Amino acid sequence: MDINTFIQQLQGEFEDIPAGFLKPETKISDIEGWGSMHALIVIALIDTEYGVTLKGDELRKVSSVQELYDMVVNLKNNPE
Amino acid sequence: MASFSINNVSIKGIAGAVPKEELSNWDYTHITEQERKLLIKTTGVEKRRMVGKSGITTTDLCKAAAEKLLEATNTSKDDIQILIFVSQTPDYFLPASSITLQNRLGLPKTCMAFDINLGCSGYVYGLSAISSLISVGKFKKALLLCGDISSAGPPEEDKSVFPLFGDGGTATLLEYDETAATMHFSNQSDGSGYEAIIVREGGMRKPFTVDSFTMVEKEKGISRASRNLELNGMAVFNFSVTEVPKNIAEFFSTTNTGPDSYDYFVMHQANLLMNETIRKKMKFPPEKVPYTLPKFGNTSSASIPLTIVSELHDKVAGEVSWLLSGFGVGLSWATVSLKTKGLICPEIVEL
Repeated sequence: MDINTFIQQLQGEFEDIPAGFLKPETKISDIEGWGSMHALIVIALIDTEYGVTLKGDELRKVSSVQELYDMVVNLKNNPE
Repeated sequence: MASFSINNVSIKGIAGAVPKEELSNWDYTHITEQERKLLIKTTGVEKRRMVGKSGITTTDLCKAAAEKLLEATNTSKDDIQILIFVSQTPDYFLPASSITLQNRLGLPKTCMAFDINLGCSGYVYGLSAISSLISVGKFKKALLLCGDISSAGPPEEDKSVFPLFGDGGTATLLEYDETAATMHFSNQSDGSGYEAIIVREGGMRKPFTVDSFTMVEKEKGISRASRNLELNGMAVFNFSVTEVPKNIAEFFSTTNTGPDSYDYFVMHQANLLMNETIRKKMKFPPEKVPYTLPKFGNTSSASIPLTIVSELHDKVAGEVSWLLSGFGVGLSWATVSLKTKGLICPEIVEL
């Protein structure tokens, strides 16, 4: 897995985000209208694509796309 | 894992009833247009049926479904020896609604009747309880009535609950049948998650006070009183996409089956994103997994039978192999595999 694919997958889930808006350093809270629904969409995407089920608290801990990606990689490589 | 098998029981027919009054989430103006679009896309719920101010209760819906089913299957009421009513919105605290239904349906006094207090997992749990009794007692025929009027609880001001639930009642007719295929069940519970979906006040632990009715703003767009249903979407989501696939994977391994072994996989209609995540994880193709979320929303224990009647009524004439899975409030979850032959599904009744 690599972060560009990850960003493309995220982009694919959010119709309202302009193309190119999401970068590794983008703050997740800067995504327009970010809320609990978006969180569920991101958790579902990561679960389906990477087999990692993030908890709400875990998602709240990360601020940028890069941090989110790193967390997924970490959980994937070190399953509980 | 509580897994077990039951022989000599078959499902003859399923019927459903919904209120006439329809509400569209496209008209839900408590949230912005952008939120509305996202809500409908994520939950899958476009329209719902609601009892509104009609005074219709769950037992009225289940009674209508049962009458339709008895007629469609040409069943004599005198042959019904068990009635189980599965609901979390009964008519009274007591007596049990199943018993009032025995009388209102004109069933004989030789019929045993009792309630089961379960929601989303209720249909599968109900099937397991009623089928066990039929099998052990060689009872001729039995009625499983499942439903809820969940819309009666949540206020419009709670966007985390209000747009999700619809009302519905269903009836399933089962009978003792020595030629029936074996039913396999796997039922589970986790009470540590009891707060994930809860009505906090009005029971014996916390009886109603004046404050139970006071609306409190919890966060933007979410106001409710403590007598109202409260739902932790994130907790339910995590539970469902973790425990349900685990349960089904183990079920596949103990029954030596897989997605190819079943004609249809009917899930409790919880929320499209969640259900689709489970479907993809279990590798079921979309055409085997029907939904009524767009039409009826989350109808609690009625959702599995209502989905079968609504979406598959014209596809069940031959032999059909089913995998059914219910999951949610409790937390409680259960999966069953069974076969039907010539299942009778009359048209949905509107009240």
